[in-house]
Amino acid sequence: MATLGATYDRIRGQLQDYQRVAAGVIGAWGLWALIGALFIWAAVDERQLFVIGLIVGSVLALGAIGLTLIYGILRFGNFAHGDTMMLGAYVAFFFLTGLVKEERRDTSIGFGLGDLPGATDRLGDLSFGYGFLLAAAGAAIVLIAFSVGLDRLVYRKLRQRKSSIVVFSTAAIGVAFALRAVLLIIWGPEPRTYFAGITPKNEYPFDILLKTNEIFTFLVAVGSAAVVYVILFRTKLGKSMRAYSDNPELALVSGINTDRVITWTWVIGGVLLAVAGVLLALQANLKPELGFELLLPLFAAAILGGLGKPQGAFVGALVVGVCQEVSVAYFSAGYKPAVAFVILILILLIRPRGLFGSST
Amino acid sequence: MSVDTASKGLVLEAQAVVTGYGEVDILHGVSLRVEREEMVAVIGPNGAGKSTLLKAIFGLLPVRSGEVFLKGEDVTNKRPDQVVVRGLSYVPQVDNVFPSLTILENLQMGAFVRRDGVREKLDQVFALFPDLVGRRSELARRLSGGQRQMLALARALMLDPDVLLLDEPSASLSPKMAGMIFERIATINGSGTAVLLVEQNARQALSLCNRGYVLATGMNRLDGQARGLLENPDVGRLYLGA
Amino acid sequence: MISPNRIVSASVLFLVAFFVTALPFERSGFDAEGTVSFLTTFLTTVAIYGIFALALNVQWGYTGVFNFGVAAFFMVGAYTAGIVTKPPDDSEFVQYIGGFGDFLSPDVLDSEEWLRFVVGTAAAGFASGLLAFLLSIPTLRLREDYLAIATIGIAEVLRRMVIEEGSVVNGTNGLVGIPRPFGGWFDPSDYKYAMLVIAVVVLVLVFIAVERGIRSPWGRVLRALKEDEEVVEASGKNVFAFKMQGFVLGAVIMGIGGSVFAYARGSIGPDSFTHFFATFLFWAMLIVGGSGNNWGAVAGAFFVWGIWNISLQLNGYDMPGVLQTRVFYIRDFLIGAMLVMILLLRPQGLIPEERRVSIWVDRRMRRLQRKQPPPTAEAGP
Repeated sequence: MATLGATYDRIRGQLQDYQRVAAGVIGAWGLWALIGALFIWAAVDERQLFVIGLIVGSVLALGAIGLTLIYGILRFGNFAHGDTMMLGAYVAFFFLTGLVKEERRDTSIGFGLGDLPGATDRLGDLSFGYGFLLAAAGAAIVLIAFSVGLDRLVYRKLRQRKSSIVVFSTAAIGVAFALRAVLLIIWGPEPRTYFAGITPKNEYPFDILLKTNEIFTFLVAVGSAAVVYVILFRTKLGKSMRAYSDNPELALVSGINTDRVITWTWVIGGVLLAVAGVLLALQANLKPELGFELLLPLFAAAILGGLGKPQGAFVGALVVGVCQEVSVAYFSAGYKPAVAFVILILILLIRPRGLFGSST
Repeated sequence: MSVDTASKGLVLEAQAVVTGYGEVDILHGVSLRVEREEMVAVIGPNGAGKSTLLKAIFGLLPVRSGEVFLKGEDVTNKRPDQVVVRGLSYVPQVDNVFPSLTILENLQMGAFVRRDGVREKLDQVFALFPDLVGRRSELARRLSGGQRQMLALARALMLDPDVLLLDEPSASLSPKMAGMIFERIATINGSGTAVLLVEQNARQALSLCNRGYVLATGMNRLDGQARGLLENPDVGRLYLGA
Repeated sequence: MISPNRIVSASVLFLVAFFVTALPFERSGFDAEGTVSFLTTFLTTVAIYGIFALALNVQWGYTGVFNFGVAAFFMVGAYTAGIVTKPPDDSEFVQYIGGFGDFLSPDVLDSEEWLRFVVGTAAAGFASGLLAFLLSIPTLRLREDYLAIATIGIAEVLRRMVIEEGSVVNGTNGLVGIPRPFGGWFDPSDYKYAMLVIAVVVLVLVFIAVERGIRSPWGRVLRALKEDEEVVEASGKNVFAFKMQGFVLGAVIMGIGGSVFAYARGSIGPDSFTHFFATFLFWAMLIVGGSGNNWGAVAGAFFVWGIWNISLQLNGYDMPGVLQTRVFYIRDFLIGAMLVMILLLRPQGLIPEERRVSIWVDRRMRRLQRKQPPPTAEAGP
């Protein structure tokens, strides 16, 4: 055992030296340069995939921002984040169509927002009508209620008990599985789409083909991120959230109402997840398992950007999205999560605090 | 009890405070008083419990027995955000600014519960710490040690506290910077804020303060006028040595 | 005096045992032999899962390392054992590397019944441990949940690699026909009893090894690590090395468990190692049974797998169609909810942890306090 221990020490020592050198050489600037080079190469060589990657990344960003906020303020990894996103997507589906699964087929509760006059009339080139937007708003409300309610029921009690972060994360995993089971109970395992039919792709400069849906997705995602930015950086509440994330004790010392900070974290996270879930469902079929599969890219994005730093999560998500989509040109699509994993491991090796993280 | 303290002009009083971390008690019944506009020092060897005392007064640690009175009101075991609105401010020794917020935002956070007069207070505070003015949009983590301490002090002043609790403000500062900090503290005290100053540098502290308390192993040892303590041979031998 | 908690735990375990036995007995028309056969398979699985719960307990309950990708080590162990013990691949439809089964079966001492299995299990443990070693390098110095997401990641990535790279371990079709230790000595219909014995023997050996290890000086440091890392660090112990050792040891045990799983099942595929089955379920077992406690780990394995089986049995009864199609999802929901409830209401689990290490930590803490002021209290969640 002793010689093994000595070997570990030597290896670890060497690794730490290597890491210090790498971190010094690479540092934040190096990482940015790397990302910049990657983006430029992808934009030139794999234009179509690059653009799709940006779109996918922008949707991931909404989840990653919420995730990183929860990390910074509540200090734990919310492993239920992906499944909560799916909850939002499914709830919106339900509001729109009124469908749930009975024994083997769907049954309707009688009314869905899609039944409103003209609700499914396509808005321009998009694949949906105003009914979809209403359903999305409904999903946001449900997710807010769910997230805040869950915090009151579970996480707050754990906070009062001063539980370790592992207990929080384990509870989150339990919630994740329970959520997925609920989705399976109500809507079954078959893939779901919001709308039948095909939407056309339009041609854009540089030989890029995009559905209007996809442009809509990107704009909404970026817009939502911008709204969050304004909240966090230009309002008193947002500043208090960032302050609390920096230094919870000093925030308390300054008189900041920590309960309010925590509640708003869940609210913002919930709304972002609803938007992300709905946008995701526009692009792909809904399956309950998607929630768990999203965890890897979401966490990779948040860690790459620096935990607790929403601007980092945004950038990180774009990077993960681009890398994942561009990888399809070289590897099978089944490997996309592997790409996120590789990014994760690389960051942990080179610069664990991420792009915007501080070295405390 | 509380009627007594108010009439004496006492702004802060701790009586027989017992507190600690986890299952271990650090303080075994410490008492002190701070009168209006006074500056009081708390000195003693490492591990005496000086920082712990400040935390207990401010509500960051549970007071297991004993009481704390602020301007006559019992604030024992009130949460920090409840205490800070009553006129008590606290500057921790480390981690006393928000590193990813700008100087201006740090001060705005200090004024979080303040309803009005924020702008005027900002002007006042910048006047007191001119070094911070030109850097208002700079991130706090980029500040030097001395500037950071000043920001930490400034943040605590934003609510016009009656009493300021300072935990080793000169720690890890160069002598010149430390001197400047003490000078600012004296100015703050001069304009009417009482100060309870925990310090390693006992000599410095006592030379600035009216009175002092000597703590050791979680209990009161000595107290009295600062000059008396400075000249006391026991204190000199044990705590003022090189 | 026996505390009410103990009574609750004992009754709950007894109830599970009762229903696990009674339900199939009743449903099969009181077929005693069939029920015994069923129970044998049930207990074999419980034993194997118990091995995993013990391993997870070493990693989490004792060392405090947060491994959320048990599936990765499970999978590596099972597949390694499979390719070591199987004969080489011989058809174009079935492809996998390894296949040392024939090589490891020289015609001496009936070696084809045991030698390749011993080698297989050893290789499984080694491969699993190696994976843990590699994974710990970027992650162990960091906060616990970095390792959590890294382990989730490696489990998912490995699973996909197995599917995508069909020639390594035969992709989605999996490895079939994994031989059985001592298979030639028994009738096929009697073999399950032998397997049960094998599984229980391995479980007992692992249990004893872990218990001895934990009570050794090395084990004490490990447990102190979970309680208060700072104190251990301040005492001059190399925290990283200890954490790695605990993590790797747990992984080795998982590899061993994986090998026994492969032998017992005879065929494995990527679907055997989903996150739910091969990771989450073990966490549920450990938390429900009582982490930090080897008896709790085994009890948890019994309890959770018992509940699982009871639900399978219940599905056999008539019930409204709406429920029928969803019984399993309802069960999944209940397990997830149960995990959360246990964390909230009874975090110590069925069999609570022994509080032995506190003395070590307290002594060190007092020694340190005399030297320097205590650390700042954290006002976090």
